[in-house]
Amino acid sequence: MKNLVIRLGIGAVALTLAAAATAASAETLRWARSGDSLTLDPHAQNEGPTHTLAHQIYEPLLHRDMAGQITPGLATGWKALADNPNVWRFTLRKGVKFHDGADFTADDAVYSFNRAMMPTSAMKELLTSVKEVRKVDDHTIDMETNGPNPLLINNLTNLFMMDAGWTEANGASAPQDVAAGETTFAAQNTNGTGAFMLESRVPDQKTVLKANPNYWGKGTFPLAVSEIIYTPIQSAATRVAALLSGEVDFIQDVPVQDLGRVGSQSGLKVVTAAQNRVIFFGMNSGKADLETDNVSGKNPFADVRVRRAMNIAINRDAIKKVVMRDQSSPTNVIMPPFVNGWTSELDAIPAHDVAAAKALMAEAGYGDGFSVTLNCPNDRYINDEAICQAAVGMLGQIGIKVNLDAKPKAQHFPMITNKTTEFYMLGWGVPTFDSHYIFNFLVHATTENRGSWNNTGYDNADVNAKVVALESETDLDRRNAIIGEIWAQVQEDQLYLPIHNQVLNWGMKDGINFDVQPEDQPHFKYLTMN
Amino acid sequence: MVIILARRIAQAVLVLLLVALISFAIFRFVGNPVENILGQEATVQDRNEMIERMGLNDPIPVQYARFVWDALHFDFGISYRTAEPVAELIASRLPATLELAFISALFALVAGILLGIFTAISRGRFLAGLVMTTSLVGVSLPTFLIGVLLIWLFAVELGVLPSFGRGDTVRLGFWETGLLTASGLKSLILPAITLGLYQMTLIMRLVRSEMLEVLRQDFIKFARARGLPERMVLLRHALRNTLVPVTTVAGLQLGSIVAFAIITETVFQWPGVGLMFINAVYFVDIPVMSAYLLLVGTLFVLINFIVDLLYLAIDPRIRDRNLRGGG
Repeated sequence: MKNLVIRLGIGAVALTLAAAATAASAETLRWARSGDSLTLDPHAQNEGPTHTLAHQIYEPLLHRDMAGQITPGLATGWKALADNPNVWRFTLRKGVKFHDGADFTADDAVYSFNRAMMPTSAMKELLTSVKEVRKVDDHTIDMETNGPNPLLINNLTNLFMMDAGWTEANGASAPQDVAAGETTFAAQNTNGTGAFMLESRVPDQKTVLKANPNYWGKGTFPLAVSEIIYTPIQSAATRVAALLSGEVDFIQDVPVQDLGRVGSQSGLKVVTAAQNRVIFFGMNSGKADLETDNVSGKNPFADVRVRRAMNIAINRDAIKKVVMRDQSSPTNVIMPPFVNGWTSELDAIPAHDVAAAKALMAEAGYGDGFSVTLNCPNDRYINDEAICQAAVGMLGQIGIKVNLDAKPKAQHFPMITNKTTEFYMLGWGVPTFDSHYIFNFLVHATTENRGSWNNTGYDNADVNAKVVALESETDLDRRNAIIGEIWAQVQEDQLYLPIHNQVLNWGMKDGINFDVQPEDQPHFKYLTMN
Repeated sequence: MVIILARRIAQAVLVLLLVALISFAIFRFVGNPVENILGQEATVQDRNEMIERMGLNDPIPVQYARFVWDALHFDFGISYRTAEPVAELIASRLPATLELAFISALFALVAGILLGIFTAISRGRFLAGLVMTTSLVGVSLPTFLIGVLLIWLFAVELGVLPSFGRGDTVRLGFWETGLLTASGLKSLILPAITLGLYQMTLIMRLVRSEMLEVLRQDFIKFARARGLPERMVLLRHALRNTLVPVTTVAGLQLGSIVAFAIITETVFQWPGVGLMFINAVYFVDIPVMSAYLLLVGTLFVLINFIVDLLYLAIDPRIRDRNLRGGG
């Protein structure tokens, strides 16, 4: 009996040592964030955490690196044809193999794009301008658009390449139909070209990835990680505790109040960078009369002087200091700094001036103020409800009595898309890194295919025409000039009340070198370790 | 007897239909799944098509009837979030919750009874007073706070127990168990204590007061007078007589352990049905939420029904209500 105990003891010690040895070699990266990927089918969901996981396994023709810059992926070159601006030609990388050993060729690329354009695909909106994708030779494809589309490549950074043979053989020719509740082979299995291969996965619990031994990028990327263990941990306190206790090596979504705690712990650090997400308020200035205000017969938001008064009544620096604990960058434009069209002049915040704001209010005939309801989400953006509370106080100083109505995002967002809210908070990320994306959803008047998030009632025919013109303008200088004109008009009309750009925080062990990616997309092939 | 039984069953069915109506109604009218499924790039046209496809335009009674009919066939639809059938989703998540609930209940029962006896027989002593005072923590602190405190102490500061997850699991047929591996057992400790602490306190206090009551009675004095050893007196005679109400309460509490697992599972990232429910709430995953509410509702109704039947068996006064009329 005693012998057994001793033997068990030795076994336990040996196991512990073995475990310590694996940890010391530090090739396994244990990664946690708040949510899990929704599916492994790379075309079935257009959603951040889903793309993040897919990027480790699958690859697009070109992708955004850790600085947000477009870099070659499975394509080594791309250009619009000189004789036909409607056609983009892509040169594909040679010698790339899928995880099952099949070669990556032009057939796979054409197949993948066609799959991503099917009705059940969630990525089809990014390819609406595409007329046809053609194979030119084994390593060249042409993509023809309906009219010139100078920014097509911006839409391709999350469009992953699948193996035509594997996908067909496993009956996954169409993307998983999420709305009809379908699950397919490709939603649970993968065969990509990426730096990591799927080892095992239990949704919402644990996903294990192993390094791809035949990866084409060997020598190009650090590839310091040999195994990734990905665990979603929903509760922010538990996620931070897991990092503090050393159970995970890298976490996304570090809560603002725990930044100091993580940063001050020896062996851990917090890396911070601006995020591709701007937070702002929208007002319905198009309605004849507001329902939630106490002014009858007219809409106070319809007067641009009221909107300007509100803009200078908001103390953005105070929101940054008090509400965000310095974790934000105040702005005066609804555009994150990476986006084409951004200038420091647009970004510069106006002076906070209550007296001038009051004067503007009086001039507009609202010297005694008015009341209105502000709709705000309480589980979507960093400190969303607290920002709204701060704004309520600031607008109160110029006589606008704001009733705050904070709700979960599931109830908040339908009010914006159904156009039932009159004053609301919204945050916006720009995946294409171009101003057109903002204009198309937030500035163009609401029509069948445009302006689905524009709840301001703004409908400026000149602006609408310019937004549409952007889609086919191939002269980049002219195009940028139009973008500048639209922004000037948007700022002049004070369409929205911009607040700030969010800041992203990643927490990790000291030994890890990893920059924060502005879209919150860690690509682990870039990670290095000391 | 048969009439009473039939009446009880009819009541249970009615309650279940009401639960179904509530779970259907709340989630039909609160929130909009279309936004979540389509994401920010959707056009107005896409949205309308999706609403049509999901049948959200049908009359409400039709949607409710469809809901109940499908539920009777264990067809709870398809999760909007993961696109898996909800019934399968629940089946794969239920073992984790049941194991956690079982261990919590066991902990609550064993620790509750032992501490209850202890505080009853050593009443007035310092240690018993201390146990009673600290047990107040169990009733007064919210579950998530207890969980976070335990994580902070045992995972972050002491580093002896894991802060999240279920550890390694072993698959036995359809049942995925964490009870057979060391890491699985270690992972169970903190969540089980967190979840069972309230019930343990309740049982402890109940046992204590019942015990004090029983110990005052004559038959205990006689037993002692007969020279039975103290252990025998306490366990055989006193404890036995306290267990009747304890069993009732413990049975009823089992349902709430499963229901309260939502919070514990969220704090510890425990992959059970409670966490699944929270995920579903964030995502407005209506089919999952409805099915979960129905599951918990059914569980409560079932437990109540069994307890009712037990009363019938134990207490003739309920069974023969007509006879009692004269007395």
